Parts: sequence; C-alpha cells; structure tokens
Amino acid sequence: MKANQVVFAETIEQIAAQDKDLYMVTSDSRGSGKLVNFGEIYPDQIVEIGIAEQNLVGVASGLASMNKKVFAVSPACFLTARSLEQVKNDVCYSNNKVVLVGISAGVSYGALGSTHHSLHDFAALRAINNISIVAPADAFETEHAVKAAIESKQPVYLRFGKKNMPNLGQEISADFKIGKARIIKEGSDVQIVATGETVWPSLEAAKLLKEEGISAEVISMHTIKPLDTSVLNWEVPIVTVEEHSIYGGLGEAVGSFLLQNNHCVPFKIIGIPDEETVSGSQNEIFEHYQICPIGIANEVKKLLR
Amino acid sequence: MNISELKERSKQYRIDTLKTIYEAKAGHTGGCLSIVDILNVLYNHVLRGTWEDVSRDRYIQSKGHAVEALYVVLADKGFFPKEELATLGKYKSRLIGHPTKKVPGMEQNTGGLGHGLPICCGTALGAKKSRLDTKVYTVLGDGEMAEGSNWEAMMFASHNKLDNLCAVLDYNKLQITGLNADVMNLEPLRQKIESFGWEVREVNGHDVGALVNAFDQLPFVEGKPSFIIAHTIKGKGVSFMEHNKKWHHGVPTEEELSIALKELEEDES
Repeated sequence: MKANQVVFAETIEQIAAQDKDLYMVTSDSRGSGKLVNFGEIYPDQIVEIGIAEQNLVGVASGLASMNKKVFAVSPACFLTARSLEQVKNDVCYSNNKVVLVGISAGVSYGALGSTHHSLHDFAALRAINNISIVAPADAFETEHAVKAAIESKQPVYLRFGKKNMPNLGQEISADFKIGKARIIKEGSDVQIVATGETVWPSLEAAKLLKEEGISAEVISMHTIKPLDTSVLNWEVPIVTVEEHSIYGGLGEAVGSFLLQNNHCVPFKIIGIPDEETVSGSQNEIFEHYQICPIGIANEVKKLLR
Repeated sequence: MNISELKERSKQYRIDTLKTIYEAKAGHTGGCLSIVDILNVLYNHVLRGTWEDVSRDRYIQSKGHAVEALYVVLADKGFFPKEELATLGKYKSRLIGHPTKKVPGMEQNTGGLGHGLPICCGTALGAKKSRLDTKVYTVLGDGEMAEGSNWEAMMFASHNKLDNLCAVLDYNKLQITGLNADVMNLEPLRQKIESFGWEVREVNGHDVGALVNAFDQLPFVEGKPSFIIAHTIKGKGVSFMEHNKKWHHGVPTEEELSIALKELEEDES
C-alpha cells in the first residue's frame, strides 16, 4: 500500500529519466509532495518558488509557454485558493498546459484544521473553463493519471492524498483514460459513485451490503470534469461519495446531469456538510461524516427503503 | 528606425489609439497615452525574432488594460489588418478590452493585475533552461505594484539571476482613484526594487531616445534582472487629458476627439 502522492513522485522520477523537459515547480512543498528524491536526482528539473503560490502558478505558466512539461505541486488547500486567479487566467484562460498537483488534498491534513483542508477545489475548478479535474483512487489510477496528464491537450488538476491506499484491483476495468470512469465492482441494486480516496470505503461498503443481500455497483469517478455520465445507471438509486463539500463537487455534478435529463432516482450526496469541519484525523473526520464503509452502507439502505 | 522616425511613429500610434477608443466608445485612454512610447520603442527597436521563431523575444503586457495602444502597435507591425481596429469591443470581435491570444502577436492573456511578471519569470527561466537567447519584457502599471504577486516574482527573478528579463514601469503616478501617493504609496520605489536584487534605471518614458538608450544597455548588470522606471504622464500629448484621472477610462466626445487629434498632429516635440 502506498499513498497516491508517493506513487505520483515515483512515476515522475521514472518519466524524468527519459524526459529532460519535465519540470516540477514547488512552493517549499517538495517534502509533502514526496519530491525530495526527485530534486536530488534531477536538480535542474525542479524549480523552487518558496512559499508564494501565486508566483508558483504564474512561473509554471511561463515555463509551459516555453514548451516545458510542467507540474505545479503544492498543497491543494493553497493551490486552488491562494492562486486561484492564476489558475483561472494564466493556466486555463491562456491555455498554458500546466499540470496542477494538489497534494494532501481534502482532509488529508486532518487535525491541522480547516486552513489546511481543501473541500472547495472541485467546486472552484469545475466553474473554470479549460481544465480537467482528476482525483485518482489508487496506485494504478495515479500512475496512469500522471501519464495521461502529460499527454493532455488542456490543463489538468490532479488531486492526491497522504493516506496509504489499497489497490482496488483491475479485474473489471483495466483501462485508464481521463474522462472515462472505471467500474470497480458490478452490481444491480444501487450505484455508489465515488472519487479519490473515498472509492476504497465505498468498495468496503459494497461488501457489507452484499452480506445483507444488496448488490451494489461501485464506480471510481476519478475524473470530476469532464464527467463520464455514460456509466451512470438511473434505473437504480445512486449514492455519490467524495472528500469534498457536498456543494459543488461530484455529487452535484451527478445530480445536475440526472435532473436535467429527466432521470428522477433516489439520490444521496455523501461528503462534508456546510459547517465548520469537525476536528480530528482524516479517518475520524471520515467516520464523523459517514464517509466510511458502515456510513455509506447505511445511506444506501436508507435510499433503498 | 531612427529617433525621428520613432517620434513620428509615436504620434501616429497616439492618433490611431484615440480614434480606436472613440470608435469603440470604451478604452483606457490615459494609460494608453502614457504607455505608447514604450511600446513603440519595444516593437520598433527592441524585440527580435519573427513569431515563428521559438527563440523570439517575448513581450507580455502586465498592464493589460492599456490594450488599445498595443492593438494599434500590433496592427502596425502587420499582425492583423489595421481596419480590424474598428471592431474593438464589438460583439464577437477578437479585439477585447484586455490582451488575448486570439489576437495575432499576443503572447499571453493578461488583464488581471499582478500576473504579467510571474509569467515573465517562468518564460525567462524556460528560455535559459532551453539555452535560447530569448529576452523577456513586460510593462507594469504603477497601480498594480501594490499586488503582492509582483513582489513574489521580483524575489524569484533575482534569486534565479534572470538577466534576460526586463520589466518596465509605466510610472504615470495616477490610478483610477487618484494619485498613487494617496491610494497606496509606492515610494521609495527605486530602493524597494533595488533591495529585491534588481538593477534599476530611470528614464523619461516619453523620450524615445532615452528609452532606446536604456534598452540598448540590457542587461544593466550580468546576472541580475533589469528594471526601467519610465516616468510618464497619464494622457500624454493631449493637454486636457494629461495628469487627469478622469481619463483613466474616459472616452472623448466627437468634439474632444477633434481637439485632441489637432493637438497631436500639431505637436512638434
């Protein structure tokens, strides 16, 4: 088991061995971005900005305009708030193909508190034109998302957490493509559509449900935008799960699609409610807000009643 | 282009800028008239390389709102037909009120203040990494010097010894609310910039000879980014527009336009 951001760094190290145009731009964040090793192996391919996130994204944009493959790596809480205008104008509007990497995203920083949580990033970036938003669930998705981001014709936001993530298995869906959801487990009674680090507890919830005779399908909706609506099954109730505010994220994106296409199904968004987030570790915060196997299973059963 | 040709060109750019703003019924008149001599010298003396040339010099205008003057210069340089200036601000025109890459010759979309210099830093660093002889230029407005991002970039540029980077301040001392000194004092500006590790020169930003001379000396010091404080006059060249914040984005009436054009045409300085 490895944290997605560790897999990110390992993948980048491999690619940099063959690609001298690959650059990591960091804001005193190479430690949390697991890029200390990268900096030692490829000192000419890491650009240190210091703690200045606006400049981080501006410099990354300029580098990208000079045909460099640029990753701007910074805690998601700062990257998608402090430098949001640079993301909107310098990256997205100017179409400088920077890969923005939000590390220690969601409530990864746990007890460090709300200053360090990013529960707004999907919402903020969904409303900005010309960016893909990708939250990989495990090592497989992370490695492929990093490679796909380099090849992408538009800017990409990659969102990674700190927690060690089990492999979800690739028995059903071995393909990875930005904008193409993966079916992790098939099922016929309910669909659980999750993203990032919440896919694993959703899969565990499906196991609990199976014991009660409920067949739950689990989708890894690793790409929040563009959203793969082709995978949604509106013949059954749908539950969405995300490490994000219940406002403006995966759930509302799915709900908006369903409602605007006259698919009226029992529907529930599991995420962080609009309140001052409870203090605690990431796991404790997850359990408090039902982003855990039992919590998700309970919400599914409520919908099925 | 020699100095007297450059002066003639400045006069023509001012006239074309005022006509364009009048036609569009919108534009940043005062700032355009203060920036135009700097743009003239950049595009007719300083910038090297054709658009297709990856090692071409880059000009990224941080003071995005003075875009009408830039459009006039780009049209004059043949990037798009001069007649298109009449479409400024019109429905579906590619000439909008801040720089956009839809317009041929434009390097970046700018207009949010405090964005140009960080992008220029990355561009200049990228050029060095690629071992290109590219020089990177920006023009900043004085009001936007209150943006923290500019000072983040100032630190970065000297730390990384970006001597292929030159920032020019269009220092007309007026912003939309009033004098910089009243809104947010920038002084002592030269000392601030120097203390951030840049080499600074001060020039009269309407003296094309002085501007040519300053640009010809770049980099002022090897291993340091260069900063030109260009002292300018908001509304320069039209008596009733000069030093008057009303013309920050004031649009002349037909009568005002005709007086302004007459003044500009008769100007022998």
